[in-house]
Amino acid sequence: MSTWTRFNIVSVVLGFAFLYLPIVLLIIYSFNDSKLVTVWGGFSTRWYGELFRNQGLMDAAWVTLRVGFISATVATVLGTLAALALTRYTRFRGRVLFSGMVFAPLVMPEVITGLSLLLLFVAVGLDRGFFTVTLAHITFTMCFVAVVVQARLMSFDRSLEEAAMDLGAPPVKTFFQVTLPVILPAIISGWMLAFTLSLDDLVIASFASGPGATTLPMKIYSQVRLGVTPEINAACTLMIAVVAAGVLIASVVNKRREVQRQRDEQAALRLG
Amino acid sequence: MKSLGSIRRSFAPWNDPSAKPYISFENVTKVFGDFTAVDNLTLHIYEREFFALLGGSGSGKSTLLRMLAGFDEPTKGRILLDGQDLRGIPPYKRPLNMMFQSYALFPHMTVESNIGFGLKQEGVPKAEIEARVAEMLKLVKLEQFGKRKPHQLSGGQRQRVALARAVAKRPKVLLLDEPLGALDKKLREETQFELMDLQQSLGLTFVIVTHDQEEAMTMADRIAILDKGNLMQVATPAEIYEAPASRFVANFVGNVNMFEGTVAAREAATARITGASGAQILVENAGDAAAGNTVAFAVRPEKIKVSSKRPEGTVNAMQGEVYDLAYLGDMTVYHVRLDDGQVVKASALNSSRVTDDPLTWNDRAWISFQPDAGVVLTR
Repeated sequence: MSTWTRFNIVSVVLGFAFLYLPIVLLIIYSFNDSKLVTVWGGFSTRWYGELFRNQGLMDAAWVTLRVGFISATVATVLGTLAALALTRYTRFRGRVLFSGMVFAPLVMPEVITGLSLLLLFVAVGLDRGFFTVTLAHITFTMCFVAVVVQARLMSFDRSLEEAAMDLGAPPVKTFFQVTLPVILPAIISGWMLAFTLSLDDLVIASFASGPGATTLPMKIYSQVRLGVTPEINAACTLMIAVVAAGVLIASVVNKRREVQRQRDEQAALRLG
Repeated sequence: MKSLGSIRRSFAPWNDPSAKPYISFENVTKVFGDFTAVDNLTLHIYEREFFALLGGSGSGKSTLLRMLAGFDEPTKGRILLDGQDLRGIPPYKRPLNMMFQSYALFPHMTVESNIGFGLKQEGVPKAEIEARVAEMLKLVKLEQFGKRKPHQLSGGQRQRVALARAVAKRPKVLLLDEPLGALDKKLREETQFELMDLQQSLGLTFVIVTHDQEEAMTMADRIAILDKGNLMQVATPAEIYEAPASRFVANFVGNVNMFEGTVAAREAATARITGASGAQILVENAGDAAAGNTVAFAVRPEKIKVSSKRPEGTVNAMQGEVYDLAYLGDMTVYHVRLDDGQVVKASALNSSRVTDDPLTWNDRAWISFQPDAGVVLTR
């Protein structure tokens, strides 16, 4: 955009306001001294202190982190294997069905995923709790990992693997020395995506969870039904801060690497 | 003594009946689905030979190379390396290395790690790997670039890293898949000679796949011409150029004029060919063409003379009109349309700066050639 017309400015301001006003409001009110959420009582950080003393919220946060970490890790392994199967063995029996089934959870309403998992857990007699939430999160985040890794594998130059084998590396060594390091960035993004999805899932967790395994979104939601407390605002502000920091760091690192790569390539071109 | 073309060196194990081939394709067929990539092909390659597989896309040349490397198995027939049947031996156990068209350098490794990769797989001690990598870097003149990653190199440098990596294990045979395809013309010409020197100094057997006939002619001891999975001819570059076995080979390598006709009379060394317009030419090198056969006499453009008057003492001369001409500096290319409609290409070396027989567009001109200027093709 070279010119800032009045129309442009208005539409940008309106757009940003639409997206960010609620969040900004939430952040501002997390620093509210008053106990009443809607009345401004002066600046204070007391609710952050309260938050860390609130054992219920802290427990929920700890559960969420553990569920996120374990489910993202397992989902990454399974999703990567699924992506490898889908890109490498293009002609096995039932491939279309398999790829359809791997990707179905992407478009499946969460309520249905959650309900069907609940039915399954009840049917096989699994006690609902930490284990079932983790299992449910593995199920629905795996397909996201598979999509991310598959996209990378599509553009992967198979002759790299052939070269490794030609130089004497058996298939397993080839995978760990060549394939895995090359697709690692995609696998890491897949993990981060799975972790984030697990962190903020409410619907599926509500179905799959049981006593003693309340995740942070569940805890916040149940507390809000009793009335929004400034503590919740503080908790949400912290979550926003963590996610924003993650996104910022990831994009800065990416940008730097990109710039460095372009500089290297130009230097190489000059050298001839 | 007369010889076909210039002789580069006296290395010709293929003419020695007692020589044992080093690599043999024996009745090899490769079928992908309902596509036959290689069709019942038999081919022998000798030790220390620089052998080129030349063909267009879909000719089966890359399939042959991939079967030799072990990435594909023949559907039928067998491949022997030094007398050993290669069937069932996976690529990582074959004593040959390949240089890939895309170079296939490992992007996450430095140049040194790339070159040392094969040695590391063999379990060579670290100090020895380092020494060998240093030697390879020196060989390809990249001593200062060992710590770089592939993306920090230019195209020509990457090509040399790929080459160093492929010869680092000192394989018996080096396979090269379009090794110079990604380089610009000038670099390609330099690299061709570098590859030839390397092959000589290391004493390796090279098998190169290319679609570039000039590249094959420049580098190879022998060339195999492939078309649709079939072997059309295997011969030295000079034989391929001066004595092609068929119309396909003659057309595929270089420019050629085909004088089609029927053999009117056949004698021991010569034959008389009558063209469609009734014009007769007298030719040598008639091979097994018998009277009544439909044949073509293939003559390369540089063996045809163009002049404004009928040259004296020439048996084969035809009249026509200069239809196009291109002055290229070192030579001039004429397109002459004969009175029977055929367009003949002729090229004249500009060996002096001035000419006493200037010809231009639409001038009447004579083309002429000696009876031994070409070969008779029956196929």
